[in-house]
Amino acid sequence: MDIQTLTYLFVGGSFALYIGIAIWSRAGSTKDFYVAGGGVSPIANGAATAADWMSAASFISMAGIIAYSGYDASVYLMGWTGGYVLLAMLLAPYLRKFGKFTVPDFIGDRYYSNVARTVAVICVIFVSFTYVAGQMRGTGIVFARFLEVNVNTGVVIGMAIVFFYAVLGGMKGITYTQVAQYCVLIFAFLVPAVFLSIMMTGHVLPQTGFGGTVLDAAGNDSGVYLLHKLDQVVTDLGFTEYTEGSKSTIDVFFIAAALMCGTAGLPHVIVRFFTVPRVKDARISAGWALFFIALLYTSAPAVGAFARLNLIDTVNETQYTELPEWFYNWENSGLIGWVDKNGDGAVQMRAGAPFEGKPTYAGSREETKGSYGERVLTNAPTDNSSEVYIDRDIIVLANPEIGNLPAWVIALVAAGGVAAALSTAAGLLLVISSAISHDLLKKTLMPGINEKQELLAARGAAVVAIVIAGYFGINPPGFVAQVVAFAFGLAAASFFPVILMGIFYKRMNKEGAIAGMLVGLIFTFSYIVFFKFVSPELNNAEHWLLGVSPEGIGTFGMMLNFAVAFAVSRVTAPPPEHIQHIVEDIRIPRGAGEASAH
Amino acid sequence: MKEENARAYWAANLRLIFTYVAIWFVVSYGCGILLVDELNQIQFFGFKLGFWFAQQGAIYVFLVLIIKYAHSMNKLDRKFDVHED
Repeated sequence: MDIQTLTYLFVGGSFALYIGIAIWSRAGSTKDFYVAGGGVSPIANGAATAADWMSAASFISMAGIIAYSGYDASVYLMGWTGGYVLLAMLLAPYLRKFGKFTVPDFIGDRYYSNVARTVAVICVIFVSFTYVAGQMRGTGIVFARFLEVNVNTGVVIGMAIVFFYAVLGGMKGITYTQVAQYCVLIFAFLVPAVFLSIMMTGHVLPQTGFGGTVLDAAGNDSGVYLLHKLDQVVTDLGFTEYTEGSKSTIDVFFIAAALMCGTAGLPHVIVRFFTVPRVKDARISAGWALFFIALLYTSAPAVGAFARLNLIDTVNETQYTELPEWFYNWENSGLIGWVDKNGDGAVQMRAGAPFEGKPTYAGSREETKGSYGERVLTNAPTDNSSEVYIDRDIIVLANPEIGNLPAWVIALVAAGGVAAALSTAAGLLLVISSAISHDLLKKTLMPGINEKQELLAARGAAVVAIVIAGYFGINPPGFVAQVVAFAFGLAAASFFPVILMGIFYKRMNKEGAIAGMLVGLIFTFSYIVFFKFVSPELNNAEHWLLGVSPEGIGTFGMMLNFAVAFAVSRVTAPPPEHIQHIVEDIRIPRGAGEASAH
Repeated sequence: MKEENARAYWAANLRLIFTYVAIWFVVSYGCGILLVDELNQIQFFGFKLGFWFAQQGAIYVFLVLIIKYAHSMNKLDRKFDVHED
């Protein structure tokens, strides 16, 4: 069977599975819809959280980012896993004991204020929408590459699938499809990783192959450590040493903290812990989630290193006409571009960008053939000796081809990429729809509606959210790609401190919480907007506050939030007696019962 | 009595949290970021040690921390008689 047929078979098969699960797990009540009935086992919730958490970016881009930036990418590895420690110890068990449906629910009740609730709803919608637009686009791109439909058709197919199981099944449908999606995506990620590891180092586990010795062409142990060889090869070509960093320590520190606290504060992650039956399940479920995430996150750096070395070995100093097939295929889709600066017909990989921007062409491949058969670029070449642009996103997608793996592995990777994008999109859409139907309608604007009407409103809100997300997926506003990474900074600067203080500091009152949330959010938001949109030309370490980049500024916003909230709460009245009792109560596991609306 | 018990339980929980958060901080921010250059002088199998912490070790330690905390808390819940079911 050819790759195309296999891909249709794998992706189609996985869709049939998701739809089957959606029909089996229809939601009958608001409790089913918001928290999957509150009866999900900690292991299933861990797998669902992992799928929810790992987006198209984790699946497709992360290994590529690591391959290109080496040690500097560690901040993402630690930042996107370290948050689960905070969740398990500082947030999840207590929020589970509190036993409500959403994050604004907790903030509104703990701070006895509909203003606080509304601020939280706005934060939830803002953070989740920036995030979901990127996912829809990701789905479209994966479809486009593997199924040869255009990106917009891909987005529409993605919308239709998510529509089916999110609207029908709510959290219940999403939970069980996410478990299935986790299995698909982790299998799809690990199979090529294991193949590559065996091929390059003889180790079955990528995690140990990463620190192993390289095999030579004949398959004998060369005795040279992979990372040692990689360091040597890249420095010879003028790149920074792979295992050494180039970012300033303070910036790395702030970015890591923003990612960790942001992870712990992201509403679509937190609500997953409302679905388990008991407080102790919430604690261990965070462990399962991290275990499932770590399978991918400890393999990705190995894949990055293997791919980088493999890529240089295959491409550097090779005559263009003698390159492997995949090089020409990805050149066709505009993700590889080559300009023969020294006229020797061979491809030179060197530090620095070979030309300005991403590859652009005057016409189709046939119309723009150069002297070696390459696609001629219209980009202005730079004056260094670097000749080739290889988009980092192709590292994972092209790995099976680069490693000469069988066709079914390529089809599997396609199904995995789609699973990663769909599972994250669905989780985010549910958070948006429950923020609207539960927090805005039921708790603020129309408290009189009954359960049936609320369920209908939740489904309606999910439909609207999907349509809007789809619209952004088809017409991505320029800012989406830039802002997704900042969702973490905003979550760290707004939710994390108010939830934490709501549990650990009994004296925290509504004035402090609202002031802290607003200051943290406005400060972080303005800093990012200033450096990204207002004066992007000033976006460098010289102008940053204490040398902290917009990516790491959420940590600063978080500190401000803590400080302002504390100061304001000291000079205003303490929270009423019954709120202090609520805080005492959520600290004790007994009596958690089931998640309820009242 | 009941209130005292709750307070003692909470104090014990906070002690655990402080210990584990300290370890969490040391392996990620300490070994992976602040001390990375010093640790990189040490070879650990095929890795520089600081680099290994940043890309592998910290994640393994995080996982162990959560599992240890969940187990310790289950014991604490029983000891102070605040456990569920």
